[in-house]
Formats: sequence, C-alpha cells, structure tokens
Amino acid sequence: MEERILRDILVHYRGNRGELVPILQEVQDSLGYLPEKAMLDIARFIGVPESHVFAVASFYEQFRLLPLGRRRVAVCRGTACHIRGAPRILNTIEKTIRLKEGETSDDLEYTLETVACIGCCALAPCIRVNMDVHGEMTAEKAEEIFLHRDEGVQDVG
Amino acid sequence: MSDKRCTLLVCQGTGCISGGAEQVYSQLKNEIEKLGSDDDIDVKRTGCHGFCQQGPLAVVEPDGIFYTKVKMDNVVEIVQSLIPGGKVVDHLFYKDPANGKPIPTYRNIPFYSKQERTILRNCGRIDPEDIHDYLSTGGYQALQKTLLEMTSEQLIAEVELSGLRGLGGAGFPTGLKWGACRRALGEEKYVICNADEGDPGAFQDRSVMEGNPHSVIEGMICAGYAIGAKKGFIYVRAEYPLAVKRLKIAIEQAKKNGFLGRGILDSEFDFEIEIFQGAGAFVCGEETALIASIEGWRGMPRMKPPFPARSGLWGKPTLINNVKTYANIPLIIGNGAEWFARRGTEKSKGTAVFSLTGKVANCGLIEVPIGITLRKIIYDIGGGIPGGKAFKAVQTGGPSGGCLPESLLDMPVDFDSLALAGSIMGSGGMVVMDEETCMVDVARYFLDFTQRESCGQCIPCRLGTKQMFQILDDITRGNGRPDDIDLLQKLSEAVKFGSLCGLGKTAPNPVLTTLRYFRDEYEAHIHEKRCPAGVCSIKETVQ
Repeated sequence: MEERILRDILVHYRGNRGELVPILQEVQDSLGYLPEKAMLDIARFIGVPESHVFAVASFYEQFRLLPLGRRRVAVCRGTACHIRGAPRILNTIEKTIRLKEGETSDDLEYTLETVACIGCCALAPCIRVNMDVHGEMTAEKAEEIFLHRDEGVQDVG
Repeated sequence: MSDKRCTLLVCQGTGCISGGAEQVYSQLKNEIEKLGSDDDIDVKRTGCHGFCQQGPLAVVEPDGIFYTKVKMDNVVEIVQSLIPGGKVVDHLFYKDPANGKPIPTYRNIPFYSKQERTILRNCGRIDPEDIHDYLSTGGYQALQKTLLEMTSEQLIAEVELSGLRGLGGAGFPTGLKWGACRRALGEEKYVICNADEGDPGAFQDRSVMEGNPHSVIEGMICAGYAIGAKKGFIYVRAEYPLAVKRLKIAIEQAKKNGFLGRGILDSEFDFEIEIFQGAGAFVCGEETALIASIEGWRGMPRMKPPFPARSGLWGKPTLINNVKTYANIPLIIGNGAEWFARRGTEKSKGTAVFSLTGKVANCGLIEVPIGITLRKIIYDIGGGIPGGKAFKAVQTGGPSGGCLPESLLDMPVDFDSLALAGSIMGSGGMVVMDEETCMVDVARYFLDFTQRESCGQCIPCRLGTKQMFQILDDITRGNGRPDDIDLLQKLSEAVKFGSLCGLGKTAPNPVLTTLRYFRDEYEAHIHEKRCPAGVCSIKETVQ
C-alpha cells in the first residue's frame, strides 16, 4: 500500500531537487512518517544519492523516521511558555502518559514531543494535541486531559 | 465596510480558535440566519484582533462593542443584543484590571487606544478568506498605481524615501536592497517572503498572514515589478497551518481577479507566487539557509557576500524581505512615502509590530510607532505586571536578542537604541519577565535553544553554544565555578566573532546582556548556591 501511495504522490512532481522537501512533507502527511524504503525511492526519483535524502530528512525538525502515535502531543517550549511554567507541564505529561520527550508509546497511541513555538504565546503555556491547541495550561489541566487516555482524540480537552 | 445595520466580527485567529472560536462563529451564523434578520446583520470571520489573551473575541460594529472570552453559551445572548432594542451583554465586557470596571468598547481599552495600527489596520476588521473585503478597504489599488503610473525606478525611489527598514530584525534599508536587486545582472530574478518566524515567543508574522494575507501578496507583487522578477515564494513555517491555508486561498483569489498571473491588470507584467513550507529549522530564517532549503539542501547558511540580491535562489538575484516589510509596501505606495515617514524616529521610520507576552497583564499582538519607550509598551498598553509582582526584565529579539533591565525602560524602541543596549529589535518578540523569573535560567533556556538549532557546520557556533549551555546548566544546578563568569564572557566573544552566520553571531546576546545587567544573579548561583528568583532547584551541597 505504501508503494502505491508514494507512486500517487510522485506523479504530481517532475523530479527536481527543489521538490525534495515538499515531496518528503507530502509523503509524511500520508504515511505519518518517512519509511526507509520511501526515502530510497524518492532518491531515485529525484536523481540524488540516498545519503542526500537522508541528510535532508534528518536535518529538519518536521521529519520523522519512525512511525508516530495517533495522538501527537506537542509541548511548546517557546519563551513565553517557558517562563510561565512549560517545564512543569512537560514533566506532568511525561508522568501521566509515561513517555519521555521524543518517545512514542508501544501501542502507537501517543507521541510526545516538544516544539520551538506554536505561536500562541499570549495564551502561554500551551500544548498541541494533533491539530488542536490548548492554551493557558496548568499541570492540573494537563493531567486531566491525559487521564482519559482511552477515549477518542476528539474527547481530548 | 459593510452596508448592513451592524457587523459582528468574530476572531478566527489561531489563539481564539484554540478557545473554541470556530464553533462560536458557526453558531452565531446559524442563530442569526434563524432570526431571519441576516439581511441587516453581517457576521464576519476575521483574523487576529490582537488581544489573544481575552479570546475568543467578538466585536460589534459600528459601535465597537467588544466581547471577551465568548463561549457557546453566550451565542444566544449576543444575537439577542443585535436585535433593535436589544441590550448589550455587559458581563462579556473587558474589565479594567486596575479597578475591575467594565469597558464596553475596544476604542476605550488602553491596550487598543494606545496603539497605532497601520500594518495591522485591517487585521480583525476584514475576512481574510474573501478578497472582496480586502478590495473594499482599498486593496490592490497600490498595485494598480504601481503598474499604471510608476516606473520601477520611481517605485524604488518611493520606498527609499519612506525610510522603511527591514522588519525581519536586522533593519537593513528596504529601498537600498530593492535597488541593489534591480541593478543586479540577470534575466531571471526572484522575490521571497521570509515567513519562517522561528523566534520562540513571537507570532506577529503569523497574525499578519492569517489576518490580512492579501497585503503581503500585494507587497510582493509590487516588489516583483520593482526588481524585474516574475516569480515569488512565500517561505512559511509548516507549523502555521492556518496561515498556509489562508495564503493559499488568497493566492487563488488574486489569480482569479487578475492580480497574479500573466499580463497583470492588462500590463505587460507577469508574476506568480508559490508557497514553500519550511520544515522546522530555526536557522532557515537566515536568508542563505532559507534559499538552500528551497533548493532541496539541508538548510545551512553560506558565507556572504555574495548577497542574495546578486546571487540568491538558483544563483539568481533574489530579494528577501520579511512579511511585515511587504505588508507595508501597499501603504507606502497608497499614502506616499512622506505619510509613512511621519511615524518613527529619524533613523527608524514607521511602526513595529510586537508579540507582547510573558508576565504582563495584557498579552497580545500590538503595533506601535518605532521610538516609543519600553515603559509605554509594557505599562500603558500591556497594563504592567500582574499579581502585584515587580518588573525584572524585558526580552526582545528572541534567541538573538537580549534581556533589558528596569533602568532602560525609558529607552526608545528602535533598531539603533536596542543594539546599543546589547539587544536587537528582532522580528517582534517581546517577553516580559518579573521577579519570579531567574535570569540565569533564561540565559540557559536560550542557549539550549540555539545549541539545538545550530546547523553544525561552523565550529564556534556548534561547539561554542554547546559549551556555553553546559556552563549555564551547571550554574543553574548549583555546580557553578568562580571563574565561570569570565569563561562565559570569553566564549561569548569568540562565538560572536567566529561564527559564520547571524545565528551564531547573535547567540551569545542573551548571555552577554544578562551578565551585563543581572550579574548579581549569576554570583548568587555560583558563590552562594542560591537562586534569588527561586526557579532553579539547587541541591544542598555539603559545605
């Protein structure tokens, strides 16, 4: 299936080097991460060494080389969030979902990461769960959100 | 703006959406349709109103009634209030933090009344997803004037005369940059909008793109005409999905209306714009790294010169400006350079947009004339420090900037004054810190950021920032040594002097300014094993 998805994506590109980042983004959007096989195929499609694709994929924060959890939890570590207690929020979430920053749970339910800045600084500290931003977090609120970890994503917050 | 009896402007910025503004907006629309009075009440989705902390926000025009923290439960009462004879919903008014008195209209709220909004003039006023709204406020008239009445030389002269300086942080005179790019040899040229707003603690570029995307696009088209480019790129962070969406819609609408594409407005000028999503590397805010990234490389900066104006994207002359710089262009062309130059100081003209955040009562997006004092921003607009706490510092310019103490609060905010004080204007982050913020921890925080974000190609930055972080980390854990301050000072100088690009050259600023203005806090950590702000957990050491 992965191969078909990849083929369907590549049809829309010409194979220029300048398309590498957009291709990687689209592939990751569809597959959730960048499987090794996909990167090899992309290298062949663009006509660059495989190492070049890996170099680019590993350089940028956005790209994941391992599968991600269904709920991607991103704790903002922006300046406003930091001075308003982001480290404590991260700590609480780490304890509640029993993952460290950068880890994905074995059941692929959660991925916990930190991001440089979500851009919701006026509502600091904030976190993002998939596409939803939750502002003015407290350790208590964070705990409450993640205690219901068996309910669907839409129930979060 | 609207021929309806009243208009309800519902903020749909990222901040308000996180508070449920999308549902509130559609419910308001439904309820008003149900009333059957949708012909004299207009409900409009808008971009950021700026006062994100009070969101979700809704404004009723023409009276300017300002509703804060609007929830689904409030929808019915707001709609009732709009019926002739209806009563305003006074419990949703903003309350003056000083005396708890409700203030019904935004014009009377100091957070708004003390600002001067020009770049943001239409953010929160127009529907960013509808080009007609932009057109009704005079949008694309500057482009018309440019294409029909001005030569590219005249346009550049006008921008130069305005005194506009690049609002990405460095403050390079925009007209000079345009002129250099115009003169650069080459058939093919490019225009790039740097929207890789990577400074943690800043969201002003995001708000402009989300709230008034056409102003950026119009500015870019004019820039293309000025330098002789046919193609533009907006390099926007993938972390800003709403900005990407609104820019895409705006580009499509501009194409349909003949402002983008071939033979724009029946002239001979062709121009198109493509969006490139940045994949999350702070260093890509540096222009040569940004270019490398579009070309499909790792985003690593290169030596300058040659500057991108001569050799940029694909080796062609390339003009790179920040989002707000482009957003200023239609204003300058429309109102004239002299109008623009009336605001600001002698050497820094116009206004600046800041994301005012941290330990300040009113957080949000603000626009002020350049040259205003820090005190006015923090106390008059920001409402001072909440909870009766004492002010300690204000940080400008993100990881490239510095922390300024109380003694500098009356300093004017402009490119040159901030640089003299050891900070930078930056792209617009402004984070206020109070007595409960530890300045050593703040320095450690920023160095942690830069050492993660260093691209790693030059040694002073790659190793220097790491060493500085380690020393700061030791100090905050109570393991500081007496000569650490000296060592930090020396390392700072070396990293500043020896680094290849702006990231490394400015990375020591948070350390240097905290050493300069808050040395006592370093000394307390090192000599007394004590964190005066009570932030760092210093373990008791055996004496």
